[in-house]
Amino acid sequence: MIRLENVEYIAGDFRAGFDAEIPKGSFVGILGPSGGGKTTLLCLLAGFAQPQAGRIWMAGEDVTQATPAARPVTMLFQEHNLFAHLSAFENAALGLAPSLTLSAGETAQVEAALARVGLAGKAGNKPAELSGGERQRVALARALLRDKPVLLLDEPFAGLGPKLRREMLQLVMDLQAERGLTVILVSHEPDDLKMAASHAAFISQGRMSAIVPIARFFDEPQLADYL
Amino acid sequence: MVESDGSLSGMRIAPSALIVAGVMAIAIIPALAALGLSASSSGAPNWDYLWQAARFTLLQATFSTLLSAGLAVPVALVLARRNFVGRSLLMQLFAVPQSLPPLVAVLGLLALFGQAGLIAGMPSIYGLSGILLAHVFFNLPFAVRLLLAGLDTIPGESWRLAAQLGMGRVEIFRIIERPVIVQALPGIAGLIFMLCVTSFTIVLTLGGGPRAATLEVAIYQALRFDYEPRLALMLSLAQLVLCAAFMAFATRFATPMAASAGMGVRSERPTTRGALDAPLLLLAGLFVAAPLAAVAVAGLEADVLKLLTQARTWQAIATSTLIAVAAASLALALALPLARMAGRGVKAFQLLGQITLLIPPIVLGAGWFLLGHRLPDWSAPLFVILGNALMALPFALTALLGAFTRAAAVDDRLCESLGLQGLARLRLIDWPQLRRAVALAFVLAVMVSFGDLGVIAFFGTEDFVTLPFLLFQRLGSYRTDDAAGLALILMLLALALAGLADRLGERRT
Repeated sequence: MIRLENVEYIAGDFRAGFDAEIPKGSFVGILGPSGGGKTTLLCLLAGFAQPQAGRIWMAGEDVTQATPAARPVTMLFQEHNLFAHLSAFENAALGLAPSLTLSAGETAQVEAALARVGLAGKAGNKPAELSGGERQRVALARALLRDKPVLLLDEPFAGLGPKLRREMLQLVMDLQAERGLTVILVSHEPDDLKMAASHAAFISQGRMSAIVPIARFFDEPQLADYL
Repeated sequence: MVESDGSLSGMRIAPSALIVAGVMAIAIIPALAALGLSASSSGAPNWDYLWQAARFTLLQATFSTLLSAGLAVPVALVLARRNFVGRSLLMQLFAVPQSLPPLVAVLGLLALFGQAGLIAGMPSIYGLSGILLAHVFFNLPFAVRLLLAGLDTIPGESWRLAAQLGMGRVEIFRIIERPVIVQALPGIAGLIFMLCVTSFTIVLTLGGGPRAATLEVAIYQALRFDYEPRLALMLSLAQLVLCAAFMAFATRFATPMAASAGMGVRSERPTTRGALDAPLLLLAGLFVAAPLAAVAVAGLEADVLKLLTQARTWQAIATSTLIAVAAASLALALALPLARMAGRGVKAFQLLGQITLLIPPIVLGAGWFLLGHRLPDWSAPLFVILGNALMALPFALTALLGAFTRAAAVDDRLCESLGLQGLARLRLIDWPQLRRAVALAFVLAVMVSFGDLGVIAFFGTEDFVTLPFLLFQRLGSYRTDDAAGLALILMLLALALAGLADRLGERRT
């Protein structure tokens, strides 16, 4: 379970406040306008931003002061998830060893992860030789290798067409089921949430609505304006 | 070829651009012809001398490049890694040499390391060591700024990833920093190499003899001291071949955008420290600041106020100003039509603006010098204006190109669909958006011309004296005090112009 306890974050003119509980194993969709604070929420959870006040708990531990590497979290960005000069294999392998020195067993692990996300034949390809969807698959393979219980997705499929986006979401749902992950997905697309999310919340002007089961989410009155 | 370019994309070549091309042809072709005709003049070809000059040109350029680019890497890495009080001051200091006339740096180094310099007991500064010092003074900070601009392009996500994956210093260098540097370094090194191959003033003043003469200095000496046109032709051909060979080689690498060399704004990267950071930055800062301080100290000691009461000083300042304003106006008149066409994607016009990279101003100066012999005295300033304008053209064009490319991409279609054209378009659309770029291009061109000693070296006389030429004369006749004072004046004027250019460049974005 993830808990944000009176978390406050201020950067220049922007203020955000979060107080929420995210159940373990849930798939939470976050919807809301640009600049509302969706990415800020993910950055606070991942440790890329430090709150001025409040505490963040994960699996019973206070991680407010923990470095990004020490948190049980992997975050996927919209772009620049890969290093352009490294192959798909190397980019994924960074999840096991940032020095890229792998044992034979680890090499097999990386290959298995790439195969799991559907990139079996493309281990040697550089990011420039991969499609947008394939690049995000590499990032997902790396997340598998990192093997952290929380997966944060910051609109990672925003640039993809509808069919491809559904395929990628399906892959994330499958991985979630296999590994028992807690997933938080930031998206612009209500359809993404309808397909994949078990719960959802709306973030606007630095505030988050209550996290409710997806079945109830689309009845919320504040959503009507946005949609 | 130009016409086919135009018709292919359904684009009209503006008549003004063709006129510019014609003017440049009229300026350049007779110079080359005059050099060519001197082949028939007497004198045995001095192959040994040619070979020696060519070898020294490449030697000093290679060493200068290795030193400048090599030392720039650790300095840029530390600057990228750390945020500290005074960092922006150091970045501003590193921007100074680029806007200084080479003569100012030479005087600064002489004031430090010369025979009567502040630091006594050094081996003679004249020769290769002095040339290298001066070239590193100019190019080390330049390379640092270009490398930092490259490191600044690392996206914020990379630093987040590094933090999430728990990368240490070594991994960050291997996986994030090194690829950026490896990619940027060939272009930067190529640029520095070219600047050093065509470096004239520094080699002329610090070379100290025929053993340490580059091809360009040898061309100058062959004409002005010995009057051996045939030798000058051979040297010029060698220099042209060198430039052409290098240009062909350099097009394989991405050229760093000098204009985009940033102030090194650190995005999201975490600060990391090393024990050697502070000494390294201190040394680099001192290396750049010391010659500047030495110019100021030596200039004040030399009684710069007395110099300012002398008519000769003011005459030189006035001549320099007139020449610079005329050259900058001409450069702008040439650059505007070229920028318009280049902005629309007709590459040939951009290359035309950079012709002096292929045909160095010294070679043009040599050709005009041979022509000028048969022309009356009043033609000398015209050649200097022409030469300086062509030298300034690449800088003016670069300053304009961004704004014109944007204007062509955004405004052309809109204006065409609205039927906006001619004067109305100029007044309502172009001028308000482009005037800042135009002003910047003008100031940059004035800077180039004001500090130049290359073309004036051929045409300067007792009666036709610019500020750099006066300084050069004083230096040559061992009137060191006067030279020091003039260097201070020249430095202050250059810094004032640079400040103006900075402000114009900043507000443009």
